[in-house]
Amino acid sequence: MSVAAPLPHDAARLHVTGSARYVDDIPTPAGCLHLAFGTSPIAKGAITAMDLDAVRRAPGVVAVLTAGDLPFANDVSPSAHDEPLLATGEVHYVGQPVFLVVATSHLAARRAARLGRIDYAEGTPILTIEEALAADSRFEDGPRIYQKGDAAAAIAAAPRRVAGVIEIGGQEHFYLEGQAALALPQEGGDMAVHSSTQHPTEIQHKVAEALGVPMHGVRVETRRMGGGFGGKESQGNALAVGCAVAARLTGRACKMRYDRDDDMVITGKRHDFRIRYEAGFDDQGRIAGVSFVQYTRCGWALDLSLPVADRAMLHADNAYLLPAARIESHRLRTNTQSATAFRGFGGPQGMLGIERVLDHIAHDLGEDPVEVRRRNYYAAARRESVGASGGSISTTKKQLAASADLAGRGAVEAEPRGPGPRVSESAQTTPYGMEVTDFELHGMTERLLETSDYAERRAAVAEWNARHETIKKGIAFAPVKFGISFTLTHLNQAGALVHVYQDGSVHLNHGGTEMGQGLFQKVAQVAADRFGIPLEAVKITATDTAKVPNTSATAASSGSDLNGMAVKAACDIIRERMADFLAERHQAEASEVRFEGGRVHVGSESYGFAEAAGLAYLGRVSLSATGFYRTPKVEWDRIRGHGRPFFYFAYGAAVTEVAVDVLTGENRILRADILHDAGASLNPALDIGQVEGGYVQGAGWLTTEELVWDEKGQLRTHAPSTYKIPACSDRPDVFNVALWDGQNREETIYRSKAVGEPPFMLGISAFLALSDAVAACGSAYPALDAPATAETVWAAIRRLRDGV
Amino acid sequence: MDITFLLNGETVALSGVSPTTTLLDWLREERHLTGTKEGCNEGDCGACTVMVTDAEGARALNACILFLPQLHGKAVRTVEGIAGPDGALHPVQQAMIDLHGSQCGFCTPGFVVSMATAHLNGARDHDDQLAGNLCRCTGYAPIVRAAEAAADAPVPDWMRDAAPGGAAQPFLPASSDALAAIYAAHPEATLVAGATDVGLWVTKQLRDLEPVIFLGRCADLKRIEISEERVRIGAMVDMNALWQAMRKLHPSYGEMIRRYASVQVRGAATVGGNIANGSPIGDNPPALIALGASLHLRKGDARREIALEEFFLEYGKQDRSPGEFVEAVSFARQPDRLRCYKLSKRFDQDISAVCGCFNIAVEDGTVTEARIAFGGMAGIPKRAAHVEAALVGRPWDAATVAAAQAEFDADFTPMSDMRASARYRQETARAMLMRCFEEDRGAPVSVLEVSA
Repeated sequence: MSVAAPLPHDAARLHVTGSARYVDDIPTPAGCLHLAFGTSPIAKGAITAMDLDAVRRAPGVVAVLTAGDLPFANDVSPSAHDEPLLATGEVHYVGQPVFLVVATSHLAARRAARLGRIDYAEGTPILTIEEALAADSRFEDGPRIYQKGDAAAAIAAAPRRVAGVIEIGGQEHFYLEGQAALALPQEGGDMAVHSSTQHPTEIQHKVAEALGVPMHGVRVETRRMGGGFGGKESQGNALAVGCAVAARLTGRACKMRYDRDDDMVITGKRHDFRIRYEAGFDDQGRIAGVSFVQYTRCGWALDLSLPVADRAMLHADNAYLLPAARIESHRLRTNTQSATAFRGFGGPQGMLGIERVLDHIAHDLGEDPVEVRRRNYYAAARRESVGASGGSISTTKKQLAASADLAGRGAVEAEPRGPGPRVSESAQTTPYGMEVTDFELHGMTERLLETSDYAERRAAVAEWNARHETIKKGIAFAPVKFGISFTLTHLNQAGALVHVYQDGSVHLNHGGTEMGQGLFQKVAQVAADRFGIPLEAVKITATDTAKVPNTSATAASSGSDLNGMAVKAACDIIRERMADFLAERHQAEASEVRFEGGRVHVGSESYGFAEAAGLAYLGRVSLSATGFYRTPKVEWDRIRGHGRPFFYFAYGAAVTEVAVDVLTGENRILRADILHDAGASLNPALDIGQVEGGYVQGAGWLTTEELVWDEKGQLRTHAPSTYKIPACSDRPDVFNVALWDGQNREETIYRSKAVGEPPFMLGISAFLALSDAVAACGSAYPALDAPATAETVWAAIRRLRDGV
Repeated sequence: MDITFLLNGETVALSGVSPTTTLLDWLREERHLTGTKEGCNEGDCGACTVMVTDAEGARALNACILFLPQLHGKAVRTVEGIAGPDGALHPVQQAMIDLHGSQCGFCTPGFVVSMATAHLNGARDHDDQLAGNLCRCTGYAPIVRAAEAAADAPVPDWMRDAAPGGAAQPFLPASSDALAAIYAAHPEATLVAGATDVGLWVTKQLRDLEPVIFLGRCADLKRIEISEERVRIGAMVDMNALWQAMRKLHPSYGEMIRRYASVQVRGAATVGGNIANGSPIGDNPPALIALGASLHLRKGDARREIALEEFFLEYGKQDRSPGEFVEAVSFARQPDRLRCYKLSKRFDQDISAVCGCFNIAVEDGTVTEARIAFGGMAGIPKRAAHVEAALVGRPWDAATVAAAQAEFDADFTPMSDMRASARYRQETARAMLMRCFEEDRGAPVSVLEVSA
């Protein structure tokens, strides 16, 4: 059985031989042109004069476009139509595209793009949270607030209290393959686009708008990305639209890829946050009430900031039952890159807020933080899977404008009317009213503490710290509970297209994109299993808007959940047709036809799958089908903050040990132990790969990865020379990763669970371990900020030791 | 320029080559060999790693900051040439597949070439060999597992390239004499040693540099001469070669070089280049100044020797006249008491925020001599003269260290940038003196030496 087998990535052989093709590797037609943006050097201002003569005269330049030259829509926003491809009169951040150079080579375009002479009336940019609050510069009218009970009263009545603030830095995606697109003009004004995107339908939609054609005039193909991590959910729009517009204008193929520095300066990153907290609790550390105020810098345009900030609120509980909670969220508009999707989509920031609270409470009580955490956990799931609550929601969809971007996570949502989703009366509810019925962390915690020797090692760390002054150690445990589903409910759908050819080979396509996560392999495993054939008989091809339409972004960890089910549905349709045909031929029951071991069994007869397919073809049976899936049970009112935004939760837990140099703050991960819940894994090897990689990426976010803007709003860390993602030796010396032996309590594809984003947050344990090591330097609570660079750790130690 | 080299075993002869065309652009755009990837275009990610073989052996280099003339007479192997001519996979390729070492696959060709080169050279210090290859997907663990799994497999015969050699050319001088002559005739020329810095002038600043003189074939500048009295390091000694020499002579300097950039960058970067470009954050000058090094400069046939610290006049300005070049750096043989501390955001392959080097001699409990130099603390690599003065003649104890720590304010007024704040620089520089003292007393002072 191919499902659950630890098979390598389907393209592994292509990867290691250098023959896997990315957008920039696709052979281009003769005369292909290359694009580069001329960008704004200032964070805010009005364009008063634009002299592009030198650009036009530069060697190799074919055309130079400004906003006025665009034939139709000048918009690459995935949400609010507030993001022009090329600036219109005003600029809003350093790096904003102002003009577009079309030239005969990539280098010629880059060279020419630096020759623009543009005069600006410079304004005063809004860069910081303080500045944005002072100017009331924000998205939405005011803060969004989700509440459960009366948090203020609960905190006031509690025997003990902690309060504080944590700064949480953003994160550059640093996908190894930068953004890239290639547009190939077709006959009759149609356009074919290759894009390194997680969201081909979004690209199709934006390109169609920019060309003034219906979506059927644009075909978008994505074979693979060299990493996405959310950074290619909306940030590829500008390149694809630019290429398509230039290709329409010149009639030639047009390609664009950002040089790394341009990529880092132009594109959005993970949202940085400041979270203020106050919590009331008892002497056992049991939380009575907690209040959060989350501030996030969204940058200059809306992009996906609303659902990101929503998800931060939705993870403000993490694994803990909060009897009363208030979460207030400020989405601030600043003159910086428009912050965007990044693995976890706000969840990690919200989760770090509550983990900070638990850490602070444990320090206040002098208790083992693990025990305090366990006391606050949601109740364990009952053995049997239970359907969750949630009545029906009756909403009248608002009339949507024809150009509305329905397929993006920033899509305009219908205003809810009527009563809204029913809120569960159960005690085990999240602050947004969803009952937690699948809580796995009690058992997982128990197991992980055991396998990681947590208690012994915690004692050993304490002993080390008693004996050493210069190097301190720290150890910490952190749990993860991450909600799975798009919070914009209608995105929870997927389609697939499956063909069985008369030789028994299977061609399949679905709406998900491959960015390294192994989605194609997982889905192919599903198809092979449905037909009972070897994996080699299944070919999965580039994601293509002409094969499967109206797809959602491959995001929110949803890829295999959604597309696996859609492929299963398509396969089962064909299987049923074949079974009906063969059963009739053999006077057998269709329900008894079995597809296994590469054969189709009918009564006492059996055929090779190829033979069966050939017979079905001769019998004039359709061997092609589409499949469709929509996630059940989800319903969500984001304004009220009530409902069931998630089909289920994925869980994980990690224990990390670190060492810190008291003199310099230099620090390092010594060991990490992880237990992660992938349900009944479709492919344990791929899932463990996601867990290992997610942990290291999450730890990088909270340690060495520091984004620095100067007082003019210029990003100073715009290359790998200054922005430091983890390198090889930064992974833990000892790195034990295991999957929890469980299965999804909901009916997902083979009872597996989504695994893309959740393990990222396991990296929080590294941050907490650093906090633990710093705590060994004094008696006060370290109140460490993120990222905990050497300097940040050092500063925290100085505060503890010397009060400065 | 006319050049010739082997590419995956086949001879390539090019004429009229622009001296600043990078190997990466040429591979991808002219040869359509797209397996080698552009990740950062500045030598920091390793996605463009290729293997280059010359008389000294095979090394991994970053193709994005490698100019075509630097390849004259050498052999290049790209990822397309790592599998055998019949398509047989190299052991590291097979191991990467079997052990799930690739996810998105974009960094993978670079990793495979780094791993295959290390495998060819018998190197098993995988973390160091792979420090110059960034991966954003896997967290590295499966890649290192693959490197370990393949370590014992025999080296496939196709991996052993023989460098063809190539005729000398005016702008590719083959000796320091030839270099002196051509540079004297073209004092306006840009000298390219390893191109790890100059490469970025081209790929990032988009500067025109011509004429360009390439120093890579000056064999006599690549010598490390160690006599009873002196150590003389030719300007074109690459940083991997210096690492091997220093780990024996001055292990702490060696350990600092281990963390200096990456295998690929060290294989190209030279001691002379690191000094001559005058950067205030180059890591060699503080160590060499602490060792009391002299710099050997040459212009035409005129040679002069100055104390290394005197070469650095002010930020961006060095004591070097047009047509003059660095020939070597030398220092006296001495008992090893050098301590080098490199402070950066990431341990490997990161530019120092502060690099402090301490050469403190203690006899009978008293400091008899102190040479202390820092990078990252001023516009130039600079000695801590006041700190030194506060140490010499005093007992080597905590009180002296504390007193000397106060003197840092007299020596340095560092600045803030994206790597560190001024306060952090000043305070950690101070702390490094304490670390030096602690290390002398045998206390653990590096998190790199601690395990779980």
